[in-house]
Amino acid sequence: MSDSAARAPVRRQNTTKPAASGLLPPRFAAWFAARGWRARPHQLEVLSLFQSGQDILLIAPTGGGKTLSGFLPSLVDLAQARPEGSGVHTLYVSPLKALAIDIARNLADPVAEMDLPIRIETRTGDTPQNRRLRQKETPPDILLTTPESLALLLSQEDAPHLFRDLRSVIIDEVHALAGIKRGDLLALGLARLSVIAPQARRIGLSATIAYKPELAAYVSADGHGGGLTLLEVPDPAPPDLSIMLPEGHLPWAGHMGLAAAPDILERVKQAGLTIIFVNTRAQAELMFQDIWRINEETLPIAIHHGSLDVAQRRKVEAAMAAGKLRAVIATASLDLGIDWGAVDQVIQVGAPKGVSRLVQRVGRANHRMDETSHAILVPANRFEVLECEAARQGVAARELDGDPPRPGGLDVLAQHLLGLACAGPFHPDAAFAEITRASPYADIDRATFDAVLGFVENGGYALHVYERYQKLFRDSEGVMHLRNPRIARQYRMNIGTIVEAPMIRLRFGRGAVLGEVEEWFVTQLRAGDTFMFAGRLLRFVRLQETWAEVTDGGGGKPKVPTYQGARMPLTTGLAARVRAIMNDPAQWQAFPEPVQEWLSLQQERSVLPGKDDLLVETFPRQDLWYLVAYCFEGRNAHQTLGMLLTRRMERLGIGPLGFVATDYVIAIWSAHQPRDMDTLFSEDMMGDDLESWMAESSMLRRTFRNVAVISGLIDRQMPGAERSRRQVTVNTDLIYDVLRRHQPDHILLRATWEDAKGGLTDLGRVAGMLARVKGHVRHMELDRVSPLAVPVILDVGRERVAGQGQEDLLAEAEALVTEATGEEHPENVLAQSSLSELGFI
Amino acid sequence: MSAAAPLHIGSERLMLDPSGAVFFPSRSLLVLADLHLEKGSAAAARGRLIPPYDSRLTLDNMSLLLRHYSPKTILALGDSFHDAGGAERLAPGDQARLAAMARQTKFIWVLGNHDPALPASLPGDIHAEWADGPFRFRHEAGIGGPGECELSGHYHPKATVPVRGAAVTRPCFITDGHKRLILPAFGAYTGGLDVADPAIASLFPRGGRIFLLGQGRLFHFPIGRARARSGVAA
Repeated sequence: MSDSAARAPVRRQNTTKPAASGLLPPRFAAWFAARGWRARPHQLEVLSLFQSGQDILLIAPTGGGKTLSGFLPSLVDLAQARPEGSGVHTLYVSPLKALAIDIARNLADPVAEMDLPIRIETRTGDTPQNRRLRQKETPPDILLTTPESLALLLSQEDAPHLFRDLRSVIIDEVHALAGIKRGDLLALGLARLSVIAPQARRIGLSATIAYKPELAAYVSADGHGGGLTLLEVPDPAPPDLSIMLPEGHLPWAGHMGLAAAPDILERVKQAGLTIIFVNTRAQAELMFQDIWRINEETLPIAIHHGSLDVAQRRKVEAAMAAGKLRAVIATASLDLGIDWGAVDQVIQVGAPKGVSRLVQRVGRANHRMDETSHAILVPANRFEVLECEAARQGVAARELDGDPPRPGGLDVLAQHLLGLACAGPFHPDAAFAEITRASPYADIDRATFDAVLGFVENGGYALHVYERYQKLFRDSEGVMHLRNPRIARQYRMNIGTIVEAPMIRLRFGRGAVLGEVEEWFVTQLRAGDTFMFAGRLLRFVRLQETWAEVTDGGGGKPKVPTYQGARMPLTTGLAARVRAIMNDPAQWQAFPEPVQEWLSLQQERSVLPGKDDLLVETFPRQDLWYLVAYCFEGRNAHQTLGMLLTRRMERLGIGPLGFVATDYVIAIWSAHQPRDMDTLFSEDMMGDDLESWMAESSMLRRTFRNVAVISGLIDRQMPGAERSRRQVTVNTDLIYDVLRRHQPDHILLRATWEDAKGGLTDLGRVAGMLARVKGHVRHMELDRVSPLAVPVILDVGRERVAGQGQEDLLAEAEALVTEATGEEHPENVLAQSSLSELGFI
Repeated sequence: MSAAAPLHIGSERLMLDPSGAVFFPSRSLLVLADLHLEKGSAAAARGRLIPPYDSRLTLDNMSLLLRHYSPKTILALGDSFHDAGGAERLAPGDQARLAAMARQTKFIWVLGNHDPALPASLPGDIHAEWADGPFRFRHEAGIGGPGECELSGHYHPKATVPVRGAAVTRPCFITDGHKRLILPAFGAYTGGLDVADPAIASLFPRGGRIFLLGQGRLFHFPIGRARARSGVAA
């Protein structure tokens, strides 16, 4: 993203002007009137701005009639029949396939009722081949698609022909795309569209968020906000939030909130339709089970999450819209877009993690702008009571949170450049000019661009041995060509920026597909094991090549599948509020007794983190040593600090094994007891070998894995795809090590670093904190975990440290086994007895 | 170089090196398995331009071993090149290094499934299998005759060992203790197969012992009788 000085001033407009309803053709005015509706002011303003040739960013709360605003100019324009054989007139891009399909359905009504000569079609990964071909021959007037499918369309040679008559590009849910890699891919696709269809205007639609100028730059055609008008519909009154605590015991830790199931069910009974939002898919499964166990009236309550089979999800959505359900337990899969009928109540179980996100979720209820929404927050543990209170204060203060969009990923650029070559030959100068008009790449320098292009061309290695395998070649005029069509096929197989763990489909026998779980979860199941999925208790039968066979039922304690990346980071604004609440006992009065008791217990067993000191607790637990530092600097700063502290502990021989950074604290576990906190936290922590230490971290390796897939270095693993021994698959960790050793300046390592930096804070800020707490480190040596530390110890999202600690533990395990089996010399004795009781193999 | 672990097989003392190699002091013989040289360029030929430095790194690691053991003979247990064309694709610099090693040390190349044939230009001797006293050196573990001791590669064994609060996965040697030893893969781009996988476990029906590769040393653990993992084994 460019700095604001370079950005053209964005025209801002508030939608308070009286509506210029004269704009509306009679057919449309009559349609609105027949429904007893009036076009909203911002809908007419979008129409008028569009007709004057402006690009538009419309920021409006949920329920503001955003979607119709986006499409109205197109419908009006298309009311006049176009010549036979015209290309696509309007392209709509949404982050969700389901949203595209739903919008197509919703548009069908006004189009039919006004008898408009408009054909509307969707194009997603699910579109059958014959329809794709037909869309090529006779393009629809309005095409609804996703960023990935757009990239696919643009990589085809006939893309300029398909989009030759394009007038409008509608980008829905911009706030959910800008700043992530899918958004980078879309921005590059939009830049391409502007070259092949310069006459088309863009309309971005967004929920209310922070960083509005950055969002405007994202939607604009020059990447700096030029030619764009920002229209804002003011937010309604902030929602009214209450905090509901379970009767009786309030758990110490855990994020599931299951104790509240009876109270939640009571609330469901009192309302028409309730959405119960939870934070993870595992939580959804567990909550669903617990509610149904006590659902004696058998109220129709359903479950909805991203791993369920699409058909199952569609069924639930349709039942909601038809008013057949009383409640849906949902994850972020219901966060975006679609109008789900009349939702009366929203219950958020577990900490809301961010103010903007909470407001959007709450907006699902009372989908009318002029009414105050109500929602209930259900904290899952004592710490979350503080978080919920902080969120309530944040919402009341109309705080907007979230991170500013970061610069575009170089791996996404590599993918796009290969797609560009698939569409046809290009000159690097023209491509550079084009991609720098996409705001995520507005500030990229030519040398970096050339390095990325070099990577696409032949891998970009200093060792020149891949000339004969190069994917692109340059002709005498410097124009880049694709070397052969096989590379285009490979590109199309690997398109997209979402890198998921390999998934395995679950089926009953050879019949119905229930959904999918991550492969690692299936591989740890034994025949007969039970687990929960799609709200049912399933028994694992066996793993076939690409799917797992299951049956209903089964006994024993069921497992619950968890998914990578299921964790939502808390925004830093909330972390600061939590610290303030903790430091102000006057505010505790508002909390229920268990929370007050918990904080008092912390005072008794350890101490509370003070305003100016740094509380560090150490204690043994389950054979390891733990160090918990209450820094309250936010997760990014804690990630960096985790790297610094573990490096120092490694040097001091403490044998760090891993750490977890939350927004409040950093917790590190080690093989040996950490001592001397003043040395550990001393200011001179920064050193020149930090980079190599961080490069070894699991975080960097994970980041590299994603970069390797997105950039096209390695093939994407298709769900359940058979892996033959002859296939060339190389573990990305090994590639990473080889590259670091032999070409540390390679562009993909740079891409990895720049990605990872998004999850870290600059060292300066951490240094500042260390200077501040110098001489104020308060070390509490405890004999067990403190009340305040419980939630973090149970947190997920851990970073592994590969240092001496792991070696020490292996040596220890070895000694232990040797002792237990009475062996002295390994070469003399054969282990005849099964050592399964020791847990080996 | 680091502490190798002695292992007595066939009345011979073998040294298991933490790099994944085996040294026979009495014969001054160094054994390596699954070098998979030129795996990088094999992927490149299929349109995946992964870094070409894998052969260089594998040769670096071989040089360290040569300096440490100064063996008379190096024996590679097959899959020394990732594919049939691998030997020709070796970069000139890497070819020269291999030639320089071959001037110091005799090479014996046992053929593997990835390299069922090797060019005659390759320095050293090429054999489908190699025998020396009771020892058989082959790529893939087979049916040993009476009194035979077998060293093989092919499976790239690795193992996961529970330690305090976690589990550690590393490449490993696996042996039944008297007549069979499978070496971990030595090549830079080689992954692994868990020793609990039926393909490996069925070769050790009476259990045995594994040696996990560590930093400068090995970690040894007994393993029980083969127990196929349900759900995976048919």
